[in-house]
Amino acid sequence: MKRIYVNEEYCIGCRLCEIHCLVQHSRSKKIIKAFKEEMPRALPRVLVEEEGALSFAMQCRHCAEAPCIKACITVAIHRDDLTGAILCDEEKCVGCWMCIMVCPFGAIRRNVEGRKAISKCDLCYVEETPVCVAHCPNEALVYEEREV
Amino acid sequence: MRYVIIGNSAAAVGAIEAIRRYDQDNPITLIADEPHPTYSRPLITYLLGGLVSEERMLYRPPDFYQQYEVEPMLRVWVVQVEPQERELTLAGGGTLSYDKLLISTGGVPFVPSVPGGDLEGIFTFTRWDDARRMRHFIEAYGVQRALVVGGGFIGLKTTEGLLAQGIRVTIIELADGILSASFDRTASHLAEAILRREGVEVRTGTTVQEIIGRVGKVGHVILQEGERLECDLLVFAIGVRPNTALVSQEAGIATNRGILVDDQMRTTAPDVYAAGDVVEALDMLLGVRRTIAIWPLAYRQGYVAGCNMAGAEREYEGGLPMNSVEVCGVPTEMVGTPTLRRRGTKSWRSSTGRRWRTRSWCCGTSGWWGPSSSATLTGRVFTPA
Repeated sequence: MKRIYVNEEYCIGCRLCEIHCLVQHSRSKKIIKAFKEEMPRALPRVLVEEEGALSFAMQCRHCAEAPCIKACITVAIHRDDLTGAILCDEEKCVGCWMCIMVCPFGAIRRNVEGRKAISKCDLCYVEETPVCVAHCPNEALVYEEREV
Repeated sequence: MRYVIIGNSAAAVGAIEAIRRYDQDNPITLIADEPHPTYSRPLITYLLGGLVSEERMLYRPPDFYQQYEVEPMLRVWVVQVEPQERELTLAGGGTLSYDKLLISTGGVPFVPSVPGGDLEGIFTFTRWDDARRMRHFIEAYGVQRALVVGGGFIGLKTTEGLLAQGIRVTIIELADGILSASFDRTASHLAEAILRREGVEVRTGTTVQEIIGRVGKVGHVILQEGERLECDLLVFAIGVRPNTALVSQEAGIATNRGILVDDQMRTTAPDVYAAGDVVEALDMLLGVRRTIAIWPLAYRQGYVAGCNMAGAEREYEGGLPMNSVEVCGVPTEMVGTPTLRRRGTKSWRSSTGRRWRTRSWCCGTSGWWGPSSSATLTGRVFTPA
């Protein structure tokens, strides 16, 4: 399956990926509205990790043997047959946060919108290319098929 | 060749999915004493609180057994495993032969022998039917005050469910703090403060000495110091122990507290595997074999067992204790082994010889992950020492 990979030597920590991710997962998908009007604000599902000159964007790795799927007590977290992406069915999620506990990458967050559901990368399900990849100015993020 | 699995929870499902990944032909028989198709045991507290419906309890789709070609034998009790004859003795006198067997019988709740322990209104809480029975009892008798004996994860989850029903809860914990097996003192005190703020009474350093009935039902209890506490319902949530009732040392299956298994989840008897809360498997932090009764590890162990049963070699890399529980709206998670003996961290040497420091922690209302988080970290997890 296609996954998002990072070339950390090109990442300058601009955090545009976070901004575009947030907008993509907002209700209006409009940048001003998403940041200024929609409260609580949507969460970015990608996070730039930074230490000194090193920085890289981190989102769900969509693991082949995903610990979150195995830990999920409601089967809300599942693998999409079409894209292979690991998705969360918000209707089923009860917010036990087991997935947050077992994720080795810290890529899952609680959804602060009041719903008991998690927030994680869905590879921008409806888009051809995930928005973080599409808007990365340095092509530090790439979306491609690789041998695992 | 016939695979037989005893048990119907996370480890059993892990094993079925692993076996069918490598072997699509040979029959799998699943035996369980509960009448339900495979369901999510951790959801029973949510069911009690009315937060999920009965339909949402299933852990796999309704056609799971057909899809994986599993023959379920529900409401069937296994009395004894006979590895010499490769046979199971069933309740009622029948037998069932196997070629590869998985024992994933889980744990049974520990109930202390207390005078008055046979009264109506006393529950343990580990099964779907426990939740149903408790809900019926609450509705039938208009329960207003409940006593939860045990301040561990099951106790707190039960408390959460009872609070959602509008019931006043008192927690009785023998140790000097709740969640003492999982949380360090700082986190334990935080959790206790949150519970108290929500009106839950927390009594530590004491236990129930006697239960006194009122017309056949629970009326009040007498604590160790002779204090009297009124309650309409009592839940024993002291812990579970491995359900090893159907194996015996004489039959060649070695047990300690739980069934002993190697890294392939094999027991000491040929072609008998075990996984889940019933086994003592590797704790990767401490480098010892012990029971860590948690859902994700049960699935993992079942999966490894299934792979090896089907001839695909796979090793269990070990697990470590971790859990996640929401205390009155404040989510908490712990990973590793805490200490209540002294403040600060505790250092362990892992099986590889590396030294680690571990601590449990508690988090705030906006999640724990990320630099913008307002989480209250009370400790770090796994700092190399």
